[in-house]
Amino acid sequence: MRLSLVIWRQADANDTGRFERYELTDISPEVSILELLDMLNAQLVGEGREPVAFDHDCREGICGSCGVMVDGQPHGPVDNTPACLQRARSFADGDVVTMEPFRAGAFPVIRDLVVDRSALDRIIASGGYISTATNAAPEALTMAVNKTEADAAMNHAACIGCGACVAACPNAAAQLFTGAKVAHLAQLPQGQVERYERVRAMVQTMEENFGSCTNYGECVPACPADIQLDVIALLNRDYGRSVFRASGDEEVTDGDRRGIPWLSRLRSGPWWQSDPDDRSDATR
Amino acid sequence: MSADLDRRRAIGDEIHGAAPTGGVHTMWDDHLLDLKLVNPANRRRFKVIVVGTGLAGAGTAATLSELGYQVEAFTLHDAPRRAHSVAAQGGVNAAKAYKADGDSVDRLFRDTVKGGDFRSREADVHRLSELSVRVIDHMTALGVPFAREYGGQIATRSFGGVQVSRTFYARGQTGQQLQLAGSQQLLKEVGAGRIVLHTRVEMLDLIVADGRAAGIVTRDMVTGEIRPHTAHAVVLATGGYGNVYFKSTLAKSSNVTATWRAHKRGALFGNPCFVQFHPTSLPVSNEWQSKTTLMSESLRNDGRVWVPKTAGDDRPPNEIPEEDRDYYLERMYPSFGNLAPRDISSRAAKAQLDAGKGVGPLRNGVYLDFADAIERLGRKTMEERYGNLLDLYTDATGEDPYTAPMRIAPGPHFVMGGLWTDYHQMSSIPGLFVGGEASFNYHGANRLGANSLLSASVDGWFVIPWTVADYLAPRLGAEVPRDDHPDVVAAVRETEERVSRLLSIQGTRAPDEYHRELGRLLTDHVGVERHADGLVEGMNAIRALREDFWSNVRVVGHGEQLNQELERAGRIADYLELGELMALDALDRDESAGAHFRSEHQTADGEALRDDDHWTSASAWAPPGDDGRPIRRSEPLTFDAVPLATRSYK
Repeated sequence: MRLSLVIWRQADANDTGRFERYELTDISPEVSILELLDMLNAQLVGEGREPVAFDHDCREGICGSCGVMVDGQPHGPVDNTPACLQRARSFADGDVVTMEPFRAGAFPVIRDLVVDRSALDRIIASGGYISTATNAAPEALTMAVNKTEADAAMNHAACIGCGACVAACPNAAAQLFTGAKVAHLAQLPQGQVERYERVRAMVQTMEENFGSCTNYGECVPACPADIQLDVIALLNRDYGRSVFRASGDEEVTDGDRRGIPWLSRLRSGPWWQSDPDDRSDATR
Repeated sequence: MSADLDRRRAIGDEIHGAAPTGGVHTMWDDHLLDLKLVNPANRRRFKVIVVGTGLAGAGTAATLSELGYQVEAFTLHDAPRRAHSVAAQGGVNAAKAYKADGDSVDRLFRDTVKGGDFRSREADVHRLSELSVRVIDHMTALGVPFAREYGGQIATRSFGGVQVSRTFYARGQTGQQLQLAGSQQLLKEVGAGRIVLHTRVEMLDLIVADGRAAGIVTRDMVTGEIRPHTAHAVVLATGGYGNVYFKSTLAKSSNVTATWRAHKRGALFGNPCFVQFHPTSLPVSNEWQSKTTLMSESLRNDGRVWVPKTAGDDRPPNEIPEEDRDYYLERMYPSFGNLAPRDISSRAAKAQLDAGKGVGPLRNGVYLDFADAIERLGRKTMEERYGNLLDLYTDATGEDPYTAPMRIAPGPHFVMGGLWTDYHQMSSIPGLFVGGEASFNYHGANRLGANSLLSASVDGWFVIPWTVADYLAPRLGAEVPRDDHPDVVAAVRETEERVSRLLSIQGTRAPDEYHRELGRLLTDHVGVERHADGLVEGMNAIRALREDFWSNVRVVGHGEQLNQELERAGRIADYLELGELMALDALDRDESAGAHFRSEHQTADGEALRDDDHWTSASAWAPPGDDGRPIRRSEPLTFDAVPLATRSYK
């Protein structure tokens, strides 16, 4: 098959950038979107022209390096699939396919289709971890984890950090990314000790860098790791609790830190504290 | 032949791995007492550079930082999480013995030594097995969502080459989950201001000042700035070089440059020819397919490998009746069957392909069939165990492995070779430490499945932080060389010259064309099977290709910008040197061992035939001397705890 590729070319961060159109022929249908760029680049380099810069690495959907808007969709026309696993068979012979970088204020363009997504790592660096010093871990079996909870944690942990959720969002919000990490760690007993400090710090960094979530839900079909909106519900709930908690309760004991039972001692609270032990909405 | 070999390489002195004396069973524990320590208050006076943020690099950096050392971490990725550890699918081995199936630290040790066909260092392997237990504890504490049984315990599964269930996994994304745990710890230290992290920065040379590793020269991949970074010690955790074959199971940016540059500065390179071909990779279906994507070996737990009994049988797989199928692994290796080790499975597959029994449009694959498992366990269980792998396959091929067998083929995957290191994971250059796949010491001539995440984790979290301290302790007060130190200036200048030279050739061929050609040469001559004649031919062809590269490559663009062609060209230039050394090592090692199969050396029934009298050793190559010949040194290996034996998986 043949395709016309209309691709964003921008020499560096200071360049204004423009679209350029290229023709590609002899495309076999199982070629991936990134391999289309490989083909184009071989053609360009053969002509002594500069190839299109794009991020990519594992080419099997797990590293999260690749990210390109294809006809306005992050990664391409197929939902929940990274660009490296999207195939030319999604297009019809002769189609015009537009490729541009992920667009978000927090993702400045470095060159062509390459953007700087380090703002995502700043969120993680501010709290997206469990602090355990090397050599300090107890025997792993001392902590039984319910299979359903472990599976749910795995669902959330599957995020590949590509930033498609941000690119898809009209607000360029990073709630799905942040929520996935918060939900992953909040779902596990190991993650309870730092649960509220974590969410508070991560949300603060997120808000410094990204837009606000208004529940469009555009992020969900864009997510190659199938992260669901429930992580944002959990993010909001845990954040609410963390703010409330930071504003005063001095009587938190170590036992309380394992979960949220301390909330139940409060006589009244907002609706979202009504059933603090029910974590079922964080599972799928 | 030997005259030809002598013309190509010189023989140097023996080298020793400096493992402590005494039995391997208590060696590491005993040795901990002998390791020198750095006072907590003095640690901040030492600076350590860690290159690579995969499992080994992130673990080293995070641990050293927690201990109080100044750490600078470098990655060529835009984020530490993307390091290629992320792509390991199947799992991580540990001798937890959570099942009553007879596993133990010593059994993991023995399986690994035996799996490596007795070409690894016993002492190191035992340490690997002991510390495996800590890895699972640590990773669990860091929040890795390991698969669980219904009672809440951690689940395990078995993997190729073993008969016990000791592989811990997080769906088909174990590497991703361990890598995320590791990179999160690294970022924790970055967030706390204790680690300086450099992203999109590539190491292009090692600085050796006054005989010690003292820093690195880097190129900022966005601005093109070339500059030195100096430190008291350097840790390379930069992964393996399987991409030398062009198409492999590796991520595209995985490369050999960091370790190869260190080698050019004098670090010995261990066993470069030991390359594992993964038996369950995706067959190549067209020129533009970027890689032979790995389909995790764990699939062999529940899949049965077969080909049609008759060459050229064109029927669709489901129409080929049982009696016309050859389940050749089960037939040839009844006790291990489909779980035979990788080297054996790959070679067996190649034999079927060579016999014309390959399946698929290009006849370059064999079937991996889940029909029996689906009938026995149900589709749901299969989805739970392998869902994302099977989806990946469907996506790549348009075929549904739940209803028709998968097609698989051997693909270059993991390199057991790497920079030679001693028992402290220190290379032959003092102060240069190497961990994970970049190193060479655990896996001998063949790596067991799920031992890769293990060795990277053990090196990064539980070995190098201890041994680096031992190196640094006596150097308290030592100055880091300044940027105007002659060795630093020279290293920077040489890097600049090399980059300028690549850009100035302006020939006619793109870097990738050389890479493809090199990949073809290596696959043909230094692949699943090697022969002396082919190796000589391959070396000559690689040399000619390299000369052509340096006179005729065209790198478009300039150096003061993000220039992915320039990055690739630099890496390919190094592959063109490494490729020749791989062939030379394969020619030099006049025996078959593990994944190194010299067709001249095989048993009557086609198995690898070792020559223990002459080759119970690791080869450690020094860069070419004045006469242009690389110098091969040998480390004699002894097997006291696991006596030398012929592997049998029959």
